[in-house]
Amino acid sequence: MPANDAHAARASVEVTDLVKRFGTFTAVDRVSFQATRGEILGFLGPNGAGKSTIIRVLCGLLRPTSGRAIVAGLDVASEAEAVRQHIGYMSQKFSLYNDLEVIENLRFFAGMYNVPNHLAQQRIAGAIAMAGLAGHEHDLTGTLAGGWKQRLALGCAVLHEPAILFLDEPTSGVDPISRRHFWELIHQHAAAGVTVFVSTHYMDEAEYCNRLALINRGRIVAMGTPAELKRHAMKGTLLLARCDPLGPALEAAQTAPGVMEAAVFGNALHLTVGDPRTAIAALPAYFTRNGVRCADLEQIRPSLEDVFVALTGVRPPPAGGPAQ
Amino acid sequence: MSAGRLIAMARKEFIQIRRDPRSLLIALLLPIMQMALLGYGISLDAKHLALYVYDQEGSQDSQALLKHFQASQYFDLIRTVNNYHDLKRAIDSEQCKLGVVIPFDFSKRIRDSGSASVQVIVDGTDDNTANLAIGYSQAVIADYSAGVQHDWLTTQGLPVAGGGGLSIEPRTWFNEDLESRNFIVPGIMALVMALVGALLTSLTIAREWERGTMEQLISTPVTSREVMLGKLIPYFVLGMIDAALCAAIGVWWFEVPFRGTVWMLALTTALFLAVVLAIGFVISAGLKNQLAASSIALMVTLLPTSLLSGYAFPIEQMPAPIRAITYLIYSRYYVTILKALFLKGVGARALLGEMTALAVYAVIAGFFATRAFRKTLV
Amino acid sequence: MAAAIQAFALSKRFAGVQAVDRLNLTVETGEIFGLVGPDGAGKTTTMRMLAGILAPDEGSAFVAGYDVVRDSEAVKNQISYMPQRFGLYEDLTVDENIRFYADLFGVDAKTRTEHAARLLQAAGMAEFRNRLAGKLSGGMKQKLGLTCALIHHPRVLLLDEPTTGVDPVSRRDFWQILYALLAEGVTILISTAYLDEAERCTRLALLHRGSTLMCDTPERLKSKMKGATLIVTSQQPREASEALSGADGISSLVLVGDGVHLVVDDPSRRRGEIRRRLEAAGVPFEEINASEPTIEDLFVASIERESPYAGQ
Repeated sequence: MPANDAHAARASVEVTDLVKRFGTFTAVDRVSFQATRGEILGFLGPNGAGKSTIIRVLCGLLRPTSGRAIVAGLDVASEAEAVRQHIGYMSQKFSLYNDLEVIENLRFFAGMYNVPNHLAQQRIAGAIAMAGLAGHEHDLTGTLAGGWKQRLALGCAVLHEPAILFLDEPTSGVDPISRRHFWELIHQHAAAGVTVFVSTHYMDEAEYCNRLALINRGRIVAMGTPAELKRHAMKGTLLLARCDPLGPALEAAQTAPGVMEAAVFGNALHLTVGDPRTAIAALPAYFTRNGVRCADLEQIRPSLEDVFVALTGVRPPPAGGPAQ
Repeated sequence: MSAGRLIAMARKEFIQIRRDPRSLLIALLLPIMQMALLGYGISLDAKHLALYVYDQEGSQDSQALLKHFQASQYFDLIRTVNNYHDLKRAIDSEQCKLGVVIPFDFSKRIRDSGSASVQVIVDGTDDNTANLAIGYSQAVIADYSAGVQHDWLTTQGLPVAGGGGLSIEPRTWFNEDLESRNFIVPGIMALVMALVGALLTSLTIAREWERGTMEQLISTPVTSREVMLGKLIPYFVLGMIDAALCAAIGVWWFEVPFRGTVWMLALTTALFLAVVLAIGFVISAGLKNQLAASSIALMVTLLPTSLLSGYAFPIEQMPAPIRAITYLIYSRYYVTILKALFLKGVGARALLGEMTALAVYAVIAGFFATRAFRKTLV
Repeated sequence: MAAAIQAFALSKRFAGVQAVDRLNLTVETGEIFGLVGPDGAGKTTTMRMLAGILAPDEGSAFVAGYDVVRDSEAVKNQISYMPQRFGLYEDLTVDENIRFYADLFGVDAKTRTEHAARLLQAAGMAEFRNRLAGKLSGGMKQKLGLTCALIHHPRVLLLDEPTTGVDPVSRRDFWQILYALLAEGVTILISTAYLDEAERCTRLALLHRGSTLMCDTPERLKSKMKGATLIVTSQQPREASEALSGADGISSLVLVGDGVHLVVDDPSRRRGEIRRRLEAAGVPFEEINASEPTIEDLFVASIERESPYAGQ
């Protein structure tokens, strides 16, 4: 892959105050961010949050209502066609033709992206090797298992060696081992300088990203590395309490001193406290006083879901959520 | 069978129909449109046929004959020409439907022998109209010729054959004016009922599969019979309303007479609806895809009903093997019944055969309908 | 007390693929049991068989005491099944949907009104009773689906991936409702592809290619996992990964966005070695923390144990 300044500019994405409205519905509400070369940036949020809309704008498929998006040094509003030469898009569910063979899919996409003939052969071979499909070139795509399809879809998306790669829910439903292997491939691409955008609603998939943008209702709610988000976004510290019986334990915990929030989680309680040390010291006695046995109390790392809920935890306003 | 569950299914279906613009369009607008289009559009009569005349003689007798043509409502005398070439060109270019040629010795022949020939040239491309044109012209000429004969006999001093002798006075019973509309409109009603009934129901099961609600439905205690009846009841009601609508349009707008009783109409329509609804249900349950289901429904109703039910083409005039096939066509019986009710006004006894046939059909179709829908995925 | 759900050697084959392969399952009354696994593992097929809407090829299952094959209709009276698409009629209002399902189960009007009011209140949907179901947000559809499923007080609840694609706040609310049901003695079988959601269950079974890899409470499953997880936080995860690959005692090394996840045999011993390696390679890192293994770690470890990763 080329490694020069031009490529560095090509690999960058800069979005400023992006707004996209559909009629009266604001799908993207003043979003701004930057991505640098070789970075894996994740958009994390539930369905309908606006992730797909942002990606479609960046791919040149939708015109921004206002704001600017510069992808690979090009303005998506005015140079949408040119933008598409520099990006690759992978959506596992929609990219591939199930009734074509593996190699036919690859040839098709090579054609779609105008890969010059003298390079196509070589790159297709490279894609097959990357996907581990050597010897399976003539298998019907529909007969491949999920993990293989996923890697094939990735192969099809990078035949033209784009500087920027968009992955839309890339590993939904794929088994964990295939998923890990897939992410190794993505990391290899990123190491070679490709900027990768991932859109997902799976919280644990977000862990694979270098940086995350939490998106809810068209806005970026928080942005940072997973570790940063876990450290700074939580209002307090998270404690895990194994208590018995659980129901009364929850009631007691909700009124316990120093406890900001309490929730049941499986067979235990998750407590958000202001000061972990005093809490760990004081709570066991408090529980005993209220007739609850507390077997274990320890500080735990919050998950990204904890972070997300902490940041968006307000119930939807009475006017109701937007029609999905 | 639980009444509560049945009512719940029917109520849900009613609400969904009410809120679905497409279903409402098919149910209410389609019948009106069909009646209007077909009622006005199809007329198997031919009136005001354009007529050109080549009168080689131009005598008083030939003029008298032409006056007969002019007086007839079936012909519009457009123009006279004075050679065959122009006449032929007029027919070819469809400026006229037929041409009458009166020979140069017309009146002389009549005076001499009492008979003469008149040539009628007809555009035969439209078979039906051609036959009618020929028939009508024969009628006109016969009328004129009766007068001619009468006069000739008188001048010869021979007794006129009035009083004695047989003359054929054709009278068409039940449809005196031979208004083909009276003949067709009841048939249109059958067509509309078949179409609407099967089309609407064909979507109902397929829609639930496509939308994903079927999976949950079959996991509840509701029985397949309750599902079937619950879904068909609203469409039955809709169908009866449509029948009333069609009958009303036929009687008040097209002025087709209605000589039967309303309750007979309702009873026979209910029977017919049972058949088409069951057919639609079987299609819907068999094909879990709305598009496929509606296509098949159209084929199974439109085609047989328009061609083989006696709605537009009389069954009696079909070749024997085809006639035999029409006994299998469910709409045939309903068309016969409708025509009888509208135009003849007969009672149940006369129509017992047709009603029995419909009932048998309803039982068979109902049997398949109950078996068609199963409460399992595979 | 007899178990609420029991399955013995349940099998189902579709077009040459063994979707469910001699599955055994026991769900005790009053617990939330998770069927966990990625797409294609056989979760939905298993659920459908237990709901009595799909006939198994082999094996047997008993739900709420009834045989799903012989007495499927009796089963349906005792359970509520909520499929992935929630079974909602988009062109009916919230109230009309609830009324429909209540009538199907023979719930009388008075009970229905009271119960619906309570459920909708708990779900925060009381003011949306007249809204068309199709116009609700994903989270609200999910809660409505659950309300319809609960309106007749079922003893057993079968939920097929009810939280897929739903925002985390609604997901939490959903789980709160489920926990409240446990207190009333309802048994819940829930399937999910979210491995992190699995931790919320009383017990869970990891499904892979139609059969169970392992089945136990989350804590016991994790304690069975040999070794412990260490998390190295670093701004240069790739370099860290390279520096550590091939080191002794590391059975799994996964590159993540902000570091490296390791599974080691002896954390106290290996921690020092890891630190030394990173420093020797000049790779900056922030911390090395011990961590509980995740369900995904469990999954990967046991699949790898079963068959070496070579593909299909």
